[in-house]
Amino acid sequence: MDFRFTDEQRQVEEMVRGLARKEFAPRAAQVDEESRYPAENHRRLAELGLLGMLYPASFGGSEAGPVSYAIALREVAGGCASTGVGMAVTNMVGEAIFRFGNEEQRRRYLPMLSGGKGAGAFALTEPGAGSDAGGLSTFAREDGEHFVLDGSKVFITNGAHACVSIVLAVTRRSPRMISAFLVDPGTPGFTVGKGEHKMGLKGSDTVSLSFEECRVHGSAMLGSPGEGLKIALSALDGGRIGIASQAIGIARAALATATEYAKDRRQFGQAIGEFQAIQWKLADAATELDASQLLAFRAACLKERNVPYTKEASMAKVFATEAGNRACHAAIQVLGGYGYIREYPVERHLRDIRVTTIYEGTSEIQRLVISRALTR
Amino acid sequence: MMFELTEEQRMIQETARNFAQKEVLPKAAELDENSRFPTELIRQMAELGFMGIAIPEEYGGAGMDHVCYAIAMEEISRACASTGVIMSVNNSLACDPILKFGSEEIKREYLVPMASGKKLGCFGLTEPGAGSDAGSQKTTAVRDGDSYVVNGTKNFITNAPQADTCVLFTMTDKSKMHKGITAFAIDMKWKGVSLGKPEKKMGIKASATSSIIFEDVRVPAKNRLGNEGDGFKVAMNTLDGGRIGIAAQALGIARASLEDALTYAKDRKQFGQSISDFQAIQWMLADIATELDAARLLTWRAAWMKDHRMRHSKESAMAKLYASETAMRAAVKGVQIHGGYGYIREYPAERHFRDAKITEIYEGTSEIQRLVISAALLKE
Repeated sequence: MDFRFTDEQRQVEEMVRGLARKEFAPRAAQVDEESRYPAENHRRLAELGLLGMLYPASFGGSEAGPVSYAIALREVAGGCASTGVGMAVTNMVGEAIFRFGNEEQRRRYLPMLSGGKGAGAFALTEPGAGSDAGGLSTFAREDGEHFVLDGSKVFITNGAHACVSIVLAVTRRSPRMISAFLVDPGTPGFTVGKGEHKMGLKGSDTVSLSFEECRVHGSAMLGSPGEGLKIALSALDGGRIGIASQAIGIARAALATATEYAKDRRQFGQAIGEFQAIQWKLADAATELDASQLLAFRAACLKERNVPYTKEASMAKVFATEAGNRACHAAIQVLGGYGYIREYPVERHLRDIRVTTIYEGTSEIQRLVISRALTR
Repeated sequence: MMFELTEEQRMIQETARNFAQKEVLPKAAELDENSRFPTELIRQMAELGFMGIAIPEEYGGAGMDHVCYAIAMEEISRACASTGVIMSVNNSLACDPILKFGSEEIKREYLVPMASGKKLGCFGLTEPGAGSDAGSQKTTAVRDGDSYVVNGTKNFITNAPQADTCVLFTMTDKSKMHKGITAFAIDMKWKGVSLGKPEKKMGIKASATSSIIFEDVRVPAKNRLGNEGDGFKVAMNTLDGGRIGIAAQALGIARASLEDALTYAKDRKQFGQSISDFQAIQWMLADIATELDAARLLTWRAAWMKDHRMRHSKESAMAKLYASETAMRAAVKGVQIHGGYGYIREYPAERHFRDAKITEIYEGTSEIQRLVISAALLKE
């Protein structure tokens, strides 16, 4: 047992914290206000090796490992949560291509992803297939050496800025078989829909994708025929550590603002931090965030050692995202009216963190995963 | 970062688990029912080295680390929370302060028999008028030549009726408030030491709790722990460790609630299926299990920091606060999952509920833990 960071992990923390504080945090309000995709942040992430943290240098990655990745994502999300989710999905897509792709696919896409040529998108969700990911209806009809995709995907993060999208589609109806494809932007028949107007994470790119007679070569298949769901679930296990870390980063930023505010703000002749009503909120948020952090790092450590970590990733995600939501609510309450206006960042933190209990598996799906592991 | 247990930690987990399941668990309901102190279990635990786990071998202990201590505490408390607290008080509150603040002579005389489990210790801090406000001690120690004369009353003292030794806190200089507190190692057989009636408690009934009355008790000056005025520091330092013990006790209770509820939910059929097939029940189980893992990680972190001699007041407070409140929530859900069977003594769920409650109160209430945590945050 060792609760310390390694030297490398400490360096990652320091470097990324500096980047997030100096560059991302100062423009986060404006990115949110204008719902603007922060392409400059994405470029900076690429320059510092933060977009390919889970595969080796031979493919352009930095192979920093799951724990360093969790640390980096936390710090980025603390500065700008929208940048954080873009980074999370790009890393997840790269890792899936590294794990399941063939040599040619790795050579082609991984350096692009880590180099920031574009983001990575993961197209699983459909209008009729959310939590029930197996109920996809996008179909890929085999036609000689090609597959022809038809269907639509919704809520796809990075969809408009992706240099590659992993698209899950049904390749056989009976018995049902789901496969994954690597689809390039601009492929005929592949169109990107309008951006969604979201409550938060406004700088992140969320779009629908549609496929009409979209023809891809058979060599675009990621993994083997029928491996689609396995690829998706494996990517989501890792993705959940990422979203837990994103939530922790956002909530830590909110708690830091609330703590500073509580020290400065005076009412009834003393700093409001002197009142137990305020102290209790801070103590509970800090305790739950420390617990969240330990759950996330535990899952990351298991992943690093190649030990199954599905249940632990779900625990980290459900706990961290719900604790993070509570912490952001508490932060607004500590700031009172100032918490509700855009002059302070905490209202954005609450809007940003809200989605973390929804995407990459809702809290309800995490509880299903955990309770299945328990009652098995 | 690394979360795996060491070889030694795995070993003590296995030893403690086997012992707890075979020897302690079958007796837990009876001990509770009769409010009976488990003398025979404490003797067996002494043989296993559980009464002074993190005390060096040269002082009669097992010489293991505090993570081992937390692990063993969880296993024992999983079977019987009362037996857990008897062990925790001896390890953390009686042995630890003597190891850290006692002279060599006092360690030989008092620590060795306690750490080896031949004698039992208790911790005399709380008074009728000094609970959370531990600084407002009324018990006095007045210097008289080579000794002190102690007068006062301590109450809610766990292990007092069976204890051989008490780590006692007294006021040696009232004008200095909490800086006028001084700690001593007291032999419970000394003239002038008497016990009040054991308390009738809601839970942890097999652990005995009573007041201790001190009337003109003459205490040799060499029995002082640290210097005059160091008492508050001794108490806070000791409680930082004690909170790890209580957090671990709470983990055991929460795990008992979870494991018992799981067994019941899989067996119990309603509406044609096991109730564990309903999301209403699955959600409760998933939440308990997640919170329990979080609480365990907080507890092990605090123990690990103590082992590495890092300041851990805030982390111990977080562990104790979170683990104890998790235990209470788990016990409430455990009873709920059992329905009517959760409310009767045929099943252990109601005992876990009664036992869990105390973990939010003793060794610093949840409110005191939040004070400690928020003070640390606002200072950072």
